[in-house]
Amino acid sequence: MEPTEILFWIISGIAIFSALMVLLSKNPVYSVLWLIVVFFCITNHYILLNAQFLAIVNMIVYAGAIMVLFLFVIMLMNLNTISEPRRTLWVRLAGVVSGGLLLTVIISTVRSAVDMNDKKALMSTGDIGLIQNLGKVLFTSYAIPFEISSILFLSAMVGAVVIGKKE
Amino acid sequence: MPIQYYIFLAAILFSIGVIGVLIRRNAIIVFMCIELMLNAVNLLMVAFSKMHYAAALTDDAKTAVGTDAQLFVFFIMVVAAAEVSVGLAIIVMMYRNVHSVDINFLNRLKN
Repeated sequence: MEPTEILFWIISGIAIFSALMVLLSKNPVYSVLWLIVVFFCITNHYILLNAQFLAIVNMIVYAGAIMVLFLFVIMLMNLNTISEPRRTLWVRLAGVVSGGLLLTVIISTVRSAVDMNDKKALMSTGDIGLIQNLGKVLFTSYAIPFEISSILFLSAMVGAVVIGKKE
Repeated sequence: MPIQYYIFLAAILFSIGVIGVLIRRNAIIVFMCIELMLNAVNLLMVAFSKMHYAAALTDDAKTAVGTDAQLFVFFIMVVAAAEVSVGLAIIVMMYRNVHSVDINFLNRLKN
């Protein structure tokens, strides 16, 4: 087994365990911290796939900005002391069963797909994920979506201020 | 790495997100599970881009197949950041009105 494959299994295990802990933690602050662990694992997957730009962006935007925003909101609401009311056992069971059915359907479909059998994702080589190559495409053929996304950010900023403002 | 393992990993993470949306009542946890689902899809998209890149690399050594998928992941992250800012503002407003983030209280929109 190559080192990248061993790393793949270790990181996948940590990611799945932390994703489960996001659900199982009672305290929302712990959920946020476990979700940060999941995002770190996904960043490591990007590094293994040599998608360096996305790895850095994922680390900065998700683990750095979005999760800090979540933490701030939770601490502003002082939620870490209140215990959350739980759903009834039947609703929880139905949720787990329907999620498990979705997983079963996806896995059985992928396992029976013949044209997936010999496909491999290239790991730790390949230069399409480097900033140089992505930037060239982003500022030539994707220049208009890039500019439109700045308008999206402006409207999101205005919307957040308008919604969050006191009456 | 065979592409099936990436699909399985992304499917497991996505299903955990779906289960979290279904079984938790805290609006913030539900929102975090949506972020988890978005990230699972992002991971799968990057893996597929490297798969197509590996397939195209045998024909042409200087190919750029797969760059588009990674840019799409970048745009998904942009939209997710905008979505989180508005969504958290809505949750804060809801907490200010009903003093709870339980999503069962949201049915007062009905009356």
